[in-house]
Amino acid sequence: MQHLPWIILFAPLVSAALIVLFTQRWKNLSALISIAAVLVSAAGSITLFRTLPDSTTAFQFPWLDFGALDIDFQVPIGITIDGLSKAMLLVVTAIGALIHIYSWAYMADDEGKSRYFAGLSFFMFSMLGIVFANNFLMMFIFWELVGVSSFILIGHWFFRNAPAAAANKAFICNRLGDFGFLLGILLVWTATQSVNFEAIKARLPELTANPAFLPFATAAVLCLFCGTVGKSAQFPLHVWLPDAMEGPTPVSALIHAATMVAAGVYMLARIYFIVETSPAAMEVIAVIGTITAVLAALMATQQDDIKRVLAYSTLSQLGYMVMAVGVASKDGAMFHLFTHAFFKALLFLGAGSVILACHHEQNIWKMGGLWKKQPITVLTFAVATCALMGVWGFSGFYSKDAILVAASEHHPWILGFGLFTAFLTAFYMTRLFVVVFFGKARTQEAGHAHEAPAVMWIPLVLLAIPAFVAGYPGVIANFLPTPAHEAASNVPYLASGLGLLGIALGFLLYRAQEKDPIRIPLLANKFYFDEFYAQVIWYTQDLLARISAFIDRWVLDTALVRGLSSGTWGFGFALRFAQSGNLQSYALLFGAGVVALFYFILFY
Amino acid sequence: MLNSLPILLIVLPVAAAIAILLGACAKKTALLATAVNLALTLALVFGYDQAKAGYQFTSSTLLAPQWKLSFALGVDGLSLILLLLTAIVAFAAVWVAPRPEKLERYPSLYYACLLFIVAGATGAFASLDLFFFYAFHELALIPTFLLIGIWGSGDRLTAAWKITIYLALGSFVLLVGLLALYMSLPDDVRTFSIPDLQALALQGGIPQTPWIYLTILLGFGILISLFPFHTWAPSAYASAPAPAAMLHAGVLKKFGLYGLLRVGLPLMPQAAQHWTNLLLLLLVGNILYVGLVTIAQKRLDTMLGYSSVMHMGYIFLGIAAFNPLGLTGAAMLMFAHGLSIATLFAIAGAVRERTGSLEFAKLGGLAKPMPFLGFTFGLAAFAAIGLPGFANFASELPIFFGAFAHAGKGLAFSYYQAAGIVALWGVVISAVYMLRGYRATFLGEAPKRWAALPDLSCCLRPAIILLLAVLLVGGFRPQLVLNLVAPTIKAVLPVPAQ
Repeated sequence: MQHLPWIILFAPLVSAALIVLFTQRWKNLSALISIAAVLVSAAGSITLFRTLPDSTTAFQFPWLDFGALDIDFQVPIGITIDGLSKAMLLVVTAIGALIHIYSWAYMADDEGKSRYFAGLSFFMFSMLGIVFANNFLMMFIFWELVGVSSFILIGHWFFRNAPAAAANKAFICNRLGDFGFLLGILLVWTATQSVNFEAIKARLPELTANPAFLPFATAAVLCLFCGTVGKSAQFPLHVWLPDAMEGPTPVSALIHAATMVAAGVYMLARIYFIVETSPAAMEVIAVIGTITAVLAALMATQQDDIKRVLAYSTLSQLGYMVMAVGVASKDGAMFHLFTHAFFKALLFLGAGSVILACHHEQNIWKMGGLWKKQPITVLTFAVATCALMGVWGFSGFYSKDAILVAASEHHPWILGFGLFTAFLTAFYMTRLFVVVFFGKARTQEAGHAHEAPAVMWIPLVLLAIPAFVAGYPGVIANFLPTPAHEAASNVPYLASGLGLLGIALGFLLYRAQEKDPIRIPLLANKFYFDEFYAQVIWYTQDLLARISAFIDRWVLDTALVRGLSSGTWGFGFALRFAQSGNLQSYALLFGAGVVALFYFILFY
Repeated sequence: MLNSLPILLIVLPVAAAIAILLGACAKKTALLATAVNLALTLALVFGYDQAKAGYQFTSSTLLAPQWKLSFALGVDGLSLILLLLTAIVAFAAVWVAPRPEKLERYPSLYYACLLFIVAGATGAFASLDLFFFYAFHELALIPTFLLIGIWGSGDRLTAAWKITIYLALGSFVLLVGLLALYMSLPDDVRTFSIPDLQALALQGGIPQTPWIYLTILLGFGILISLFPFHTWAPSAYASAPAPAAMLHAGVLKKFGLYGLLRVGLPLMPQAAQHWTNLLLLLLVGNILYVGLVTIAQKRLDTMLGYSSVMHMGYIFLGIAAFNPLGLTGAAMLMFAHGLSIATLFAIAGAVRERTGSLEFAKLGGLAKPMPFLGFTFGLAAFAAIGLPGFANFASELPIFFGAFAHAGKGLAFSYYQAAGIVALWGVVISAVYMLRGYRATFLGEAPKRWAALPDLSCCLRPAIILLLAVLLVGGFRPQLVLNLVAPTIKAVLPVPAQ
């Protein structure tokens, strides 16, 4: 027990190091090491969940300590064990373990299998670090490491242009968010002189008593929230997540659906005691979450790539979670994070099974009729789809309603957009499901598809169970506090009705279609965000960069430096003529000098 | 016996250089000398009594009693990490240097030049006397000039003359400042001895003349490529052969920063305060302006050169913050930056050797044929842009906190914090240019003609691995470096009460 959290945290790091240093040549051995490490972490997490009492200081060692300089500035690597981290730990390691196993088959023929599994292990290490962190800086450290492991995995096929570009985009968007995050940490530290969550919590009441502190708190919370905007791909930094689908599909399932992108929400839940000091900042958080939820759902309705539909759906659901934090329902946010992790991972793994069956085809209009050929994939995909749409009885129903009810208590506008998103969700998922699985096969590949191997479908089945039951009050209560509902609300009926409407509409429009009957370029082109940002970057950063480079080259270097040096050289050259040894010219210069001297003395 | 270790560190590379010029096997001799130097430096680090702090392993020979000028050597934590940096980078640089038979011109002179730079840098960092501290650095400039001018690439003569004239000018400004400082002392206490001067400063015996400090700051600043005196650096590093770029950008450029921490700040703390706002302004130029210039670069070598100029801004921020956090961070970052930039230049040199060009437009996808170079460049690039896990991040963090420790009244913003925010934004800028450069060189589809390029040969790999390993150790256990420099920072730089 003494070392349990450390074993959970460091087992994946050891695996990544072993693979990089020693076993790169033996691909299957590397995969086995990585799978073994994640199983160790998963088993450890279950033990930890059942045995260890809550604590924030029992496991801690200093990473940086300025005690030697007589200042109280410490950055420990320390473990938080509480309900929040325990639940998150189970989600991360359980889904992580299944996805590692699934990857064994999915990446079977890949050249870079060793590199892939090293990246996966490194990701597990970084993600577990975020979950365990008991202070801001440790969280920031692992926050950045998660960003780089995502970079590595998105760019797994780096020798193609698109993944290389997507990896860069993801990392830079995350860095933008991290800029705000670190600034927020610095602001919090300025006020509280600590980066430790517990210490900040203890110090906060005294500060909030002073009304002058409020604007400062708002600024700090908004800066910290930037971290969430980057990592959880909220509007306006949402653009990296769809591109991140260039990575292998299991990566999309683990990192860009279930865990890493949820880290932003987890962080908000972890520091909720700071967030709630500023109502104004919470307003902003709610609005950003709502915008993301609606925009992403709208974009999802017109995507043709199966993974991109799911990616926009992830954005939209993350928007729900962030909105929940904004409307003061931290528990609702974590509840939805919990259920979403299972059903969205399942959706992506199902999509992976479909993609593999269709010979790496991702366009849904080149699939079709798969329900006969891939019964297990279809069934499990159906469970996850129902959960995502919030069909009564499936996990997503409970968690989504928790958020919508909280929104209804907060503001009718937010509730309205939330319900609209629920409608859109039902619509685009029905579209996806109908086009991919029903009707006739639209291509040869889809016609010859067959069920995935057992290594792949067993994780699907295992994920289908929590995707179905995780929302039941009796189940979730074991892991997370469920939001207390006040009086019976009409919101669930409203949401279910709209959901049914969406399903019906989707069926009617997309049943037996050969191509998309609706074309809305604005939505298909994602509201032209990418084009817009490209212009913005071109006309701000890149233009400034070119101007600066011009100044540096021609003004600083050529005009000033070269000018000064050639000026000096020229002056010396001129003096050489003066030093001629000719007595008359010396006398002339002497005379001129005397005249000049008198002139200055007399007239100045 | 142990007290003669510092002088041994200087004599050894000189002796090896002379042996090489007289005909000894160049690469083996140089490698042996730098390896022994590394071992001796490690002996110094482990032999240094951290509990006692202060200067240790001291030796002194009085040369000119009338000026109190002596050849005095000794080390403390601060000089130890710089000596360690010198020894590690020197070893790696000699290791990756091309074999003598591959050099077109004067192979033995090439290696001798490298060793003279090492001797000069070592001497500067180990000197406890102002005169030799200065002179050793000057000594190292001559071989740098020769290396760029004889074995450089591109417009090597222009680059060599530019760096030499520019740095000579900087040294001259510095000399004026140091002499003015010396002359401003009362007759009876005039000395070149750094420890004596520091003791004098503690008693308040050094006149705090602002313009003298400004001269010293500008002199050191030119040597460190402080904005706007930075234009010598990128062209010189782009032209220099890889080992020379490693030694200059990694080690020799740290002389100016070391000088500020060793001489400038401790001797003239109040005068330094006078110029804080100016320094903050200039360092923002380093980070923001030079950062933008870096983004616009179209070649890997100039991009790395500019990035190295930009990162000096962070060290200046730590120095400007002038509090324990900032100064410690600055000292730690000197070490970390030296290792990361040396790694990057080493790899860039290996790429140039294979492709003949470092223009982004001609490169791409090199990680496929050269996985080792691609992977290690990625690690070094991430280290340079401050990714946690590498020493650079652990050093930048205290700098940011050091800047933010200067809060204005009632949590209002101060100039320090404004500069701190710019520095934070610089972290985004550096991610942009490093990742663009990495992608343009190593990722994406490779042009066909690069498909068959060989990766770095196995016998050169340990040099790169050594550098990266030290960066990782510094990232995972930054306390090792911190413990070494902390007592020095504390003893030498009593922060004025605020």
